[in-house]
Amino acid sequence: MELEPQIIIKIAAYVGGGLCMGVGAVGAAIGEGYTAALANEAISRNKHLSGDIFKSMLVGQAIAESASIFALVIAILLLFMDVPVHSLLKASALLGAGISMGFGAMGSGVGSGFPGGQACKGISRQPEMTGRLTTNMLIGSAVCQTPAIFALVVALILMFIDFGNVAFNPTWAALLGAGISMGLSAIGSGFGGGMAGGASCEGIARNPETVTSVTTTMLVGQAVTQTPCIFGLLVSFILMFKAFPETTALSPSMARLGAGISMGFGGIGPGIGNGMAAEGAVRWVARNVKHQNELMRTMLVGQAVSQSTAIYAMVVSLVLIFVV
Amino acid sequence: MTIEGADIVKAAAFIGAGIAMGFGAIGPGVGEGMAAAKACEAIGKNPKEAGLLTRTMLVGQAVAESTGIYSLVIALLLLFVV
Repeated sequence: MELEPQIIIKIAAYVGGGLCMGVGAVGAAIGEGYTAALANEAISRNKHLSGDIFKSMLVGQAIAESASIFALVIAILLLFMDVPVHSLLKASALLGAGISMGFGAMGSGVGSGFPGGQACKGISRQPEMTGRLTTNMLIGSAVCQTPAIFALVVALILMFIDFGNVAFNPTWAALLGAGISMGLSAIGSGFGGGMAGGASCEGIARNPETVTSVTTTMLVGQAVTQTPCIFGLLVSFILMFKAFPETTALSPSMARLGAGISMGFGGIGPGIGNGMAAEGAVRWVARNVKHQNELMRTMLVGQAVSQSTAIYAMVVSLVLIFVV
Repeated sequence: MTIEGADIVKAAAFIGAGIAMGFGAIGPGVGEGMAAAKACEAIGKNPKEAGLLTRTMLVGQAVAESTGIYSLVIALLLLFVV
């Protein structure tokens, strides 16, 4: 059975669209459920503030929702877009776009739920800090959305750039690998960034005068937490835009696919681990602000060690792209 | 497209290297993060012992790192040796 290129492209677009929305819906739903659970807990503790807590819950959930809205947009585009190029390369690019956005929305969705929930709980503990808690919730959740935005950018590039007259054989695998690299590496950073954001809202509610130190520690911790997904973005850009020589062999394609798998999965663990370290530091800066410097130093050393496996994964990816 | 046996073996080694390093990096990343989080907690509770706690954290992380290094070694063996 010989299939025409248009049919194969359509198959890839529909599978990619389904994958994108299916996987992309997981994270945001969990994050919003967490926010709602803590909002209920907060209202039961202090029902006079139910209006403020309810408002804060909705804002927090709206931010968590945005990751899955990105996935919805990409899924709809994949279902209804008109593909002008009938090269088979487009099929793997569209599948890659679905993988990138679907998995990329997962971590950010769950992560954004943590600051939202902790802000609701914090309002019930320290009603006079409502403004500051909302600000920290917004900053914390916004930073956790960045991995999802990177994934959105990669998905849009894969969908709308015409990769033109490049060698079909290794490039199809490189485009698929680009999607895997970005999508999967975004999971850990999104989740980890949320842990730090949640701890900052908890800390401000516990000890309002530490607000500046807590916010600084959160931002530094979150910035380091984002690095695994930046590595993922880097590898996926190299895979998308490097010109590979034409070949008839199978191994060069599998090397590029392997590069995507290595960086993609390799970014998950360090992202979550960096987030845990940041959460621990932020939580204890709020309780023991006198020792902020020691805590920040320990956080950074711990994060650097936890980062090392993401660096190994990037090295293996780069070897697979450039050396073998 | 003709595919030869040696080519398939090489392709499998490359995919295997990606899988080994990719999945192998998940565990050490999470585990080392846990160690760092608890070290921050411990220093927050008992700042006087910061040196001892940091040393314990680093030794613990080094042990957790070992599986990540095994993955790296296997990935490099798959890429360059076998």
